[in-house]
Amino acid sequence: MIRYLYADELAREPALQRAMFRDRADQFHSRLGWDVTVDANGEERDGYDAENPLYVLWQTGDGGHGGSMRFLPTTGPTMVNDHFGHLTGGGRIESPLIWECTRFCLSRGASGQVAAALMLAGGEILRNFGLRHLVGVFDARMVRIYRRIGASPELLGREGEGRGRVSVGLWAFSETARAEVACRAGISPAQSAAWFEQAFGAPAQAVGA
Amino acid sequence: MGFEAAQPILETVLRRLEQSAALEELQDHITDLRDAFRVDHLVYHWVSGTGDQYGCGTYDPAWVERYLAQGYLRIDPVVLGCFQRFHPVDWKQLDWSSRAARAFQKEAIDYGVGNQGYSIPIRGPNGQFALFTVSHNCDDAAWAAFCAGSRRDLILVAHFFNQKALEFEPGRLPEQGQALSPREVDAMTLLAVGHSRAQAADALAISEHTLRVYIESARFKLGALNTTHAVARALSRGLIVV
Repeated sequence: MIRYLYADELAREPALQRAMFRDRADQFHSRLGWDVTVDANGEERDGYDAENPLYVLWQTGDGGHGGSMRFLPTTGPTMVNDHFGHLTGGGRIESPLIWECTRFCLSRGASGQVAAALMLAGGEILRNFGLRHLVGVFDARMVRIYRRIGASPELLGREGEGRGRVSVGLWAFSETARAEVACRAGISPAQSAAWFEQAFGAPAQAVGA
Repeated sequence: MGFEAAQPILETVLRRLEQSAALEELQDHITDLRDAFRVDHLVYHWVSGTGDQYGCGTYDPAWVERYLAQGYLRIDPVVLGCFQRFHPVDWKQLDWSSRAARAFQKEAIDYGVGNQGYSIPIRGPNGQFALFTVSHNCDDAAWAAFCAGSRRDLILVAHFFNQKALEFEPGRLPEQGQALSPREVDAMTLLAVGHSRAQAADALAISEHTLRVYIESARFKLGALNTTHAVARALSRGLIVV
């Protein structure tokens, strides 16, 4: 299922938290060879994890970590503004209606459905919080994965080569993309909405909704 | 219910907010903003990293006094549900299930706060936390319609208001206005000389989709709710030259 957890909430589920940070070490350190910090427990963290970000996780049937990503508003410290301003028009991208999405991670052996489920969750965040855009930092192989699940970002810029290539891209919400991604994830839009409500509660409803 | 917050009025109020020179003036501005959004109440509450508090708003002073005297900060589901968060919240989404929360809600309604609310948590610099809240008395369908139509304006206004309040923080060093990036300057300049979005995107050799993110970001940095006002402000501040 899709979980939405701020860092302080995830900390109350230590096994899931550990699994996420270990899978991130596996992906970004072991497989991609990025210059990231892995601690003695084999967990990968950076400064933005200390900003109480919102995580979206795919939790597997046995309670494990299937994949995840991390959200922060661009009005505060963000990776895209602190490190990739040269790829985004030469300066900060900043608005409470634009959030950044980073550390898109898939556990080893996760199916394409997990990536699609995470993108579906990104759409829920866009739609339900009134956002206009998500700005993401991602690695080279994600370009192919995003395309396969029907959620290709607009590329703002990229640098580096091969496994080390880092891209900055942009998503906006569209009903068409939502339907396609839901289909690839094998998750009905109604189920996705229900998981979102489970995390954040149900707002006042319009008549007939 | 005539909820459609008129943007021209909002922009006028925002301009006055931007020009205000004293903390005391924020109370007038929040009243004007409340009227512009055509809701019962608007409240702003700020807690600094060191625990200093400041607030202004349109609630009945008797309710504010009661709230402070009873220490309701500790049980208020809005505060508990928004602290350390950054997503906007419809009060219906919060946990009102405890007996204390239900009694608190009943009392708030008795003091005229309203049965509906929408709160926007704001994370400022150095651990500053602020809450910008709109509340009203109406049925769920009307409230859902209001939130759907006004939430983006509310989110932007909340952040503009917080930026202004931060300017008055004691001991604060004057901060440079948020600079437009070269790309944002390009985008605003092309719009200022009358290009459509499609033409501007074309001239910059980027997609219209990508252009929109630069416009959105520039709009926020310029303290404007729509593109027309953002262009006007960029011109009047000399950030773009045409």
